[in-house]
Amino acid sequence: MDAPLIELSGIMKSFGPVSVLKGVDLRAYPGKVTALVGDNGAGKSTLIKGLAGVQPYDGGVVKFDGKPVALHSPREAARLGIEVVYQDLALCDNLDIVQNMFLGREETEFGTFDEGRMEKDASDTLRSLSVRTVKSVRQKVSSLSGGQRQTVAIARAVLKNARLVILDEPTAALGVAQTEQVLHLVSRLAEQGVAVILISHNLADVFEVADHIDVLYLGQMVAHLDASETTRDDVVGYITGAKVQQEATA
Amino acid sequence: MSTQKTPSTSGPAPDTSVHDVELIGSGQEGTIGDQVRAYIQRLQHGDMGALPAVAGLVVLTILFSFLSPFFLTERNFANLLTQAATLVMLGMALVFVLLLGEIDLSAGVTSGMTMALFIVLVNVHAVPWVLALIIAFAAGILTGTFIGFFVARVGIPSFVVTLGLFLGYQGLTLLIIGSGGLYRVQIPEIRDIQNSNMPVWAGWAMLGLIVLISAGTSFWDRARRTRAGVPNRTISLVWIKLGVIAVIGGAAIGVLSRNRGQSVGVVEGVPIVVPIVLVILWIGTFVLDRTRFGRYLYAIGGNAEAARRSGVKVMLIRWTAFIVCSTLAVVSGLFSISKVGSVDAAAGREIVLSGVAAAVVGGVSLFGGRGRLLHAAIGALVIAVITNGLGLLNLGAGVNLMVTGGVLILAATVDAVSRVRSGGSLMRT
Repeated sequence: MDAPLIELSGIMKSFGPVSVLKGVDLRAYPGKVTALVGDNGAGKSTLIKGLAGVQPYDGGVVKFDGKPVALHSPREAARLGIEVVYQDLALCDNLDIVQNMFLGREETEFGTFDEGRMEKDASDTLRSLSVRTVKSVRQKVSSLSGGQRQTVAIARAVLKNARLVILDEPTAALGVAQTEQVLHLVSRLAEQGVAVILISHNLADVFEVADHIDVLYLGQMVAHLDASETTRDDVVGYITGAKVQQEATA
Repeated sequence: MSTQKTPSTSGPAPDTSVHDVELIGSGQEGTIGDQVRAYIQRLQHGDMGALPAVAGLVVLTILFSFLSPFFLTERNFANLLTQAATLVMLGMALVFVLLLGEIDLSAGVTSGMTMALFIVLVNVHAVPWVLALIIAFAAGILTGTFIGFFVARVGIPSFVVTLGLFLGYQGLTLLIIGSGGLYRVQIPEIRDIQNSNMPVWAGWAMLGLIVLISAGTSFWDRARRTRAGVPNRTISLVWIKLGVIAVIGGAAIGVLSRNRGQSVGVVEGVPIVVPIVLVILWIGTFVLDRTRFGRYLYAIGGNAEAARRSGVKVMLIRWTAFIVCSTLAVVSGLFSISKVGSVDAAAGREIVLSGVAAAVVGGVSLFGGRGRLLHAAIGALVIAVITNGLGLLNLGAGVNLMVTGGVLILAATVDAVSRVRSGGSLMRT
């Protein structure tokens, strides 16, 4: 197996007296989808916020490309190529797809927008992800469906050559067909060599796209599983704490 | 469920990659017919922009020209433009904060207070008028900085901050002017803004310049799009746009170029205020459409949290928007004293709600994220036409206020209904 793109070991994080992460290990590989599952309060969001640079960890080592890195701000995370797609979509309804994808990092020439170039890059990115559901990149986001919005949010994340994309519950609010579209998109993302971390409560989704499944239970990583060698019941067992991993898998 | 796992090499479904290329459009493709159909579709989805206001302007013009023989005269047309200038300017100033979903109730009294300061400095303290004007603008910038601090930094709703300032500045204006005081504006340069006209040739030169600049930006945009390899709209649309500007602008300047003097003296040409408004309109539109600051105003008005996560410095943009608004309000005050010819303690007290009304009538959303400077300008023209027309019919202020109020409610209804049709709900804030 390839070397991991990102490797967390012994990650600690407390809020006052409450320790939320108690020495967590996590790896994500280029071209692979790593699902991060766990019940509410297991520490998934805290783990992700640390990776995004929003809430730095208290202890532990983060290695990116094998080198230790510090993640103290969203800017540092972005510079490494770490992008997070949040659960509540961070899109502006009144702007179009191109404007949303480039929000905060517009291409300019003499201080004014280079709309042609942005439009080109945006549609190239959507095309590379085999997006078939969007009619025009100049559509306002308000006219898009939930699945299309999620698509735009993901495309936005990969626009600037992201290397690690973290998806927080990307299918939570979607219908069946739209969920399929988004999961398909997640697979395409991995095919392009991006390391994907997928947070989901929906095990059907997880089994559909994930290569690895990591289970968090009360701030500890209780299982690293290979999606092809495990079952839904096993995963549920780890999530609820009914099962504890004996053999070292990963 | 887990059987559908996508194979990672051969691509997901058999017939995608080739067709996808054509499926993502940019809305620029197709003939004029396609573009017109796309535009109608946008209208049906509630994206009406200034169309209702333009329609209203046309209807009102036809109505008043039947009701009053004076309405469609050269003299009244020039008069209408100078009457409208103050409101147009204030409406445009307010767009910058309305786009954020904020409001500045103090914009009117800011214009009044800064003009009181200006005129007292000139008339009483014999300060050179240019210096006094600079001080007035500085006071405007300071006002915006003050509002921006409390709204963007401290987090007080703009309605409250500017309501406080609305009251406070009435008092300050009273203190500067003195109770019952009234100062005449005797600076020729200031009087000229609203009371003098450009030579006839300059009006035509201005139109030529407008057409040239419009053509220049259109072709510059097209060249950049071509260089990037994305499609352009059919070129006939550029010619149509330039043609419309030339015809409407030519008609207006043609009317203004005729002698509208009533007695011996010749009065002709475009009022000097018109090019000033147009330059500010052009610069402001350029900033809103083509620069980060403008784009972020729309983004924050649409979804402030999304903008913040995208790295937009939300606080700074908010703050700056209030400074721009207050500064442009000073310009509006300048137009006002030039027209009225005097400053009293009540300067700017009445006008601010008309400014908000102008923006809303023109299609600027009070909820933020939607609207353009041109919309506010057209909305202000609608209100000015109502005032002017009803005045010609000798209907008093009572009727005028009631009609203006009715038009505002009508426009707000159009805005609300169009938001519902474009996917939002009536209750959304």
